[in-house]
Amino acid sequence: MADDPLDEYIGAAAKLLKLPVKDAWKPAVRANLEVSMRLARLVDEFGFPDEAEPASVFTA
Amino acid sequence: MSALDIARAVTNKKSSALEATEAALARIAKHNPVLNAFTDVTAERARAKARAVDEAIAAGKNPGPLAGVPFAVKNLFDVKGLPTRAGSKINRDLPAAARDATVVERLEAAGAVLVGALNMGEYAYDFTGENIHDGPSRNPHDPTRMTGGSSGGSGSAVGGALVPLTLGSDTNGSIRVPSSFCGVFGLKPTYGRLSRARSFPFVYSLDHVGPLTRSTADLALAYDAMQGPDAADAACTTRPPEPVSGLLDQGIGDLRIAVAGGYFEKSVFPEATEAISRVVKALGVNRTVEIPEAARGRAAAFVISTSEGASLHLDRLRTRPDDFDPAVRDRLIAGAMIPASLIDRAQKFRRWYRSRVLELFKSVDVVLAPATPCVAPKLGQVNFVLDGAEMPVRAHIGVHTQPISFIGLPVVAVPVPLEPMPIGVQIIAAPWREDIALRVAAALEREGVVSAAPPRGI
Repeated sequence: MADDPLDEYIGAAAKLLKLPVKDAWKPAVRANLEVSMRLARLVDEFGFPDEAEPASVFTA
Repeated sequence: MSALDIARAVTNKKSSALEATEAALARIAKHNPVLNAFTDVTAERARAKARAVDEAIAAGKNPGPLAGVPFAVKNLFDVKGLPTRAGSKINRDLPAAARDATVVERLEAAGAVLVGALNMGEYAYDFTGENIHDGPSRNPHDPTRMTGGSSGGSGSAVGGALVPLTLGSDTNGSIRVPSSFCGVFGLKPTYGRLSRARSFPFVYSLDHVGPLTRSTADLALAYDAMQGPDAADAACTTRPPEPVSGLLDQGIGDLRIAVAGGYFEKSVFPEATEAISRVVKALGVNRTVEIPEAARGRAAAFVISTSEGASLHLDRLRTRPDDFDPAVRDRLIAGAMIPASLIDRAQKFRRWYRSRVLELFKSVDVVLAPATPCVAPKLGQVNFVLDGAEMPVRAHIGVHTQPISFIGLPVVAVPVPLEPMPIGVQIIAAPWREDIALRVAAALEREGVVSAAPPRGI
């Protein structure tokens, strides 16, 4: 599975973020990321107008 | 005794704050070895505070509406003199907190007496109440079962009647889930209503704090004492306090009440259906509403939670990954890797979803929904079978709470005392209308439909 895109992504992202990810953790990290991405895709597919504003809180 | 009864008895000199405190400390000493609700007992501090309350009363001063009421807080609230462990091993190395959390200060200013800090799921990223470092908090109705989390000790301590009042935090359900599993009342106020200052965060966009008690009147009493602006929490409202204690007897009057259909009727066990139907019948509800896009709301809450949580813990994930609960660590590592564009979309969806749900609240005042899909699972239980399909317990526990807290709606979780295990129902109102949700809870309590049952397991 070394050439699986998600495994490659996890490896690359871990390096970019300087996160140590031991081999033993990778299946669980992968499983969590699969769930997160499945839910993120559900949001992604919503269909956003250009006018959509994020809801983060900031008051100047 | 309820918080209200204790405060009245202490104020009227029928008993003393010190007696109430000693009684709570004795209950903790007796039952905590089973429940594992408390991680710290602040006995000396409590006795000193109780004596101060009794002295104030003796001197003819007003001791406050919570005079002598023993309470305890989830161990993510700063308690002066303790490191704020937030359920973790890593945070035990922090220096002791120099000052109490705002809400602890406000409760003590109202005469309440802090007796300790409570067990919780690591860094609040949890729905079970299990903790790998401190052991699980245990359900007061059956110690072989989960308390729910992440405010597990908060549910256990109130459900076990060790104290009449605890504080918890709720990002995706962490007050409402233990309230449901432990059979107590919980209030998750409107996002921004109560100050989170000097509590250890999880997800700034979604974190709330609130009380757990054995009655609606006690929820209102504690909530009123904690309200008010606080510049130390960027999300805290500037609205003045809007006290609710005097409004509980108004009844439901002509409130428009509906039950949540669609998403909220799916994937529930018969106990959750039974609890909802009892509440629906008592309130005479004959209307169903659909909260639009609730599944996507839950998904977006999940994405924001895991990514903001990862950002919060990024340095600790780099330097001390082996000191995390491995399950929490692996979730957070994955959360760090979600593309930024999708996180932004989750926040955009949040605004859209909020506007749609506010539209719904123009035609309805209260929405009823399950608090949890099931009664408390067994400790360590990984899967359950629902509608013939095996499902993971942890991921499923919060399906009904997440779409609601995602947009900060106020909710009272009320306990329906089913046998052998209780289960909660969410009473959901429009933003800033905690008063409405509490009025409905009080009406159900008066009718005997909801109540905190005596602990059956201790």
